[in-house]
Amino acid sequence: MVNKITDEIIDYVGNLAKLKISDDEKEQTRKDMQTIMDYIDILNELDTRKVEPMFYIFPVHNVFREDVITNGDDKAHMLANAPKQKDGQYQVPKTVE
Amino acid sequence: MMAREYETVIGLEVHVELATKSKIFCGCSTEFGGAPNTHTCPVCTGMPGSLPVLNKQVVEYAMAMGFSTHCQINQNCKFDRKNYFYPDNPQNYQISQFYLPICYDGWIEIETKEGRKKIRIHEMHMEEDSGKLLHNEWEDFSLVDYNRSGVPLMEIVSEPDMRSSEEVINYLDRLRMLAQYLGVSDCKLQEGSMRVDVNLSVREKKRKIFGTRTEMKNLNSFKAIARAIAGERERQIDLLERGRQVVQETRRWDDMKEYSYAMRFKEDTKDYRYFPDPDLPSVMISDEWMESIRASLPELQPEKQARYERDFRLPTYDAAIITASKHLADLFEQTVALGGNPKKVSNWLMVETLRLLKKHGEEPEQIRFSPEHLAKLITVAEQGSVNNRIAKEVFEKMYEEDVDPEVYVKEHELTSVHDASVLKEVVKQVLENNFKVVEEYRNGKAKVFCFLVGQVMKEMQGKANPTMVGELLRKMI
Repeated sequence: MVNKITDEIIDYVGNLAKLKISDDEKEQTRKDMQTIMDYIDILNELDTRKVEPMFYIFPVHNVFREDVITNGDDKAHMLANAPKQKDGQYQVPKTVE
Repeated sequence: MMAREYETVIGLEVHVELATKSKIFCGCSTEFGGAPNTHTCPVCTGMPGSLPVLNKQVVEYAMAMGFSTHCQINQNCKFDRKNYFYPDNPQNYQISQFYLPICYDGWIEIETKEGRKKIRIHEMHMEEDSGKLLHNEWEDFSLVDYNRSGVPLMEIVSEPDMRSSEEVINYLDRLRMLAQYLGVSDCKLQEGSMRVDVNLSVREKKRKIFGTRTEMKNLNSFKAIARAIAGERERQIDLLERGRQVVQETRRWDDMKEYSYAMRFKEDTKDYRYFPDPDLPSVMISDEWMESIRASLPELQPEKQARYERDFRLPTYDAAIITASKHLADLFEQTVALGGNPKKVSNWLMVETLRLLKKHGEEPEQIRFSPEHLAKLITVAEQGSVNNRIAKEVFEKMYEEDVDPEVYVKEHELTSVHDASVLKEVVKQVLENNFKVVEEYRNGKAKVFCFLVGQVMKEMQGKANPTMVGELLRKMI
C-alpha cells in the first residue's frame, strides 16, 4: 500500500467534486478508492521502459469540423433549461471575488 | 531605506482569443458584443449528451503561432478536462490541454537596453473560453452570458525569463505583433481578446534560487500591467524586509486603487483533477500537414520591413515604425497602391497619425480614416492647393470623422489663393502698414522677413502658399 486512502482524503476529494458523502458511504468509498490505488501500485511494478506510451485509448483521431457558423440564435430554447433566468441571462447565486 | 538590492523575476501566462468565425467545439458564432446568450447551443452550455467536435482552424492557428515562435509541435496531442465549479463554466470542467499541449519549447526575441534577449516559451495550448459573469452591487445574484463560452483560446506560457516591466511590455508587443501578422488574433486588451496573468517573485540580487511567486490577474492595459508589476514588487520586498514571507496565491489587481488583493478562490494544479477528455479523439499532426501550414505562413514583420526599405525606399527607421503594427502597414500599402508617394504616406502615418493616436490613447486598429482619403489629402497637399498647416488641420478632421479631404477643403474654403493679383494687393497693404519693418529689412535685418510673411499669411487667414508670398514680398520690397 503505497497510497493510503484516509478519511481526510475522502473528505478532500468529495469536497472538490462537490459531493455530500454520508458516514456509511464514506467507508465504502474509502475501500473502493483504496482498491483502485492498490491496483495502480501493482501496475507501477511493471517495467514499461521499452513500451511505447499510449497517449489515447480509442483508435480514432482527427475528427474535425470546418470553421463555419452553423448555429443561429437559440436563446429561448437554451434558457428553457435554466432553473432561473433574468433579462435573457442565467441567474445564479452571487459569485463575487 | 533599502539596504538590499532585489531582482524581479517575471513569467507570463497570456490568453489570446483566436480569430475563428465559429467556436472551438460547436458551430456558434464567436462575434463579440452580441445580445446575451444569442450565440449558444447545447455544446457550449454544457448540456448532458452534447458532443464537442474540434474546429480544424484552431489547430492550424495554433501551429502557425508555434512555428513563428520556434516551438516544437506535439504531433500527437489531445485534450484534457480541467475540473472546477464556477458558474461561468457550465460543464464544470474546462476543455484544455494539460498532458500533451500542441506547442512547447519555443522562444521570442525582444530588444532590451542590454541588447537582444530570448524569452523562452514553455508551452502553448488550445482551450475553450468561459462565459461572462455580470454582478450588480445591489443584487444578491449574478447573471451569466455564455456567448463567450467555447470561444477558442490559446494560452501561451513563458518561462520566468523577464526581469522588468519594460521586458514584459516588449515581449507582449512582439507576441501581439506576431498574432496580428498571422491573422490568428486581434489581441485587444480592452475587449479581452488578449489577457495577461503576471507571475512575479523577487529575490536578492545574485541569488540563484527563485523567491515565492504570486499570480496577478485582471490586467486590462499595458499601463495597468506596468503599474501592477511595480506594485507587486514593492509589496513583496516590503514583506521580506519586515522578515515576513510571500504567500503563493492568486491576486487580483485593482488599477484604481493601485493595489492587489488575494483572491479567495484557491486551487492547486492537482485539485483540477485533469484527465483526458473521452469525447474528443486525439489530434495527429502529420509531417505533410505541418509543412503545408509552414509554407502558408504570411510575411512577418522582419521580412516586411526589409521589403519596405528595398521596394519603397523607406529609411530603416520609417520601415520599422510602420511595420510594428500590421494595421498601419496595411494602411500604408493600400494608400501607396492608390498612388500615394511612399515617403509622404509614411510621414503622415508616422508623424501625424501616431501623434493623434497617442493623444487620444488609441491603437492603430481604431484608425477610422480610409486609405482613399489619405491618398486624396496627399494629392491636395502636393498640388499646393492647401498649405502644410491647413493640410494638418484637415488631417485632424479626417482622423476624427474620416471626412473626404477634397470635399472638406472645398466646403470650408480652405484652398490657398493662387491668384497673384489678390495676393499682390494684400502684400502691398502689409508693406504699407509695416513701413518701419520694411526699413529695417532694407538696412540688412534679414530676420524680419519672416515677420512680413507671417503678416501676409495672417491677412490671408492661412490660405496662401508661403513660398509664393515670399517671392512676391521679395519682388515688391
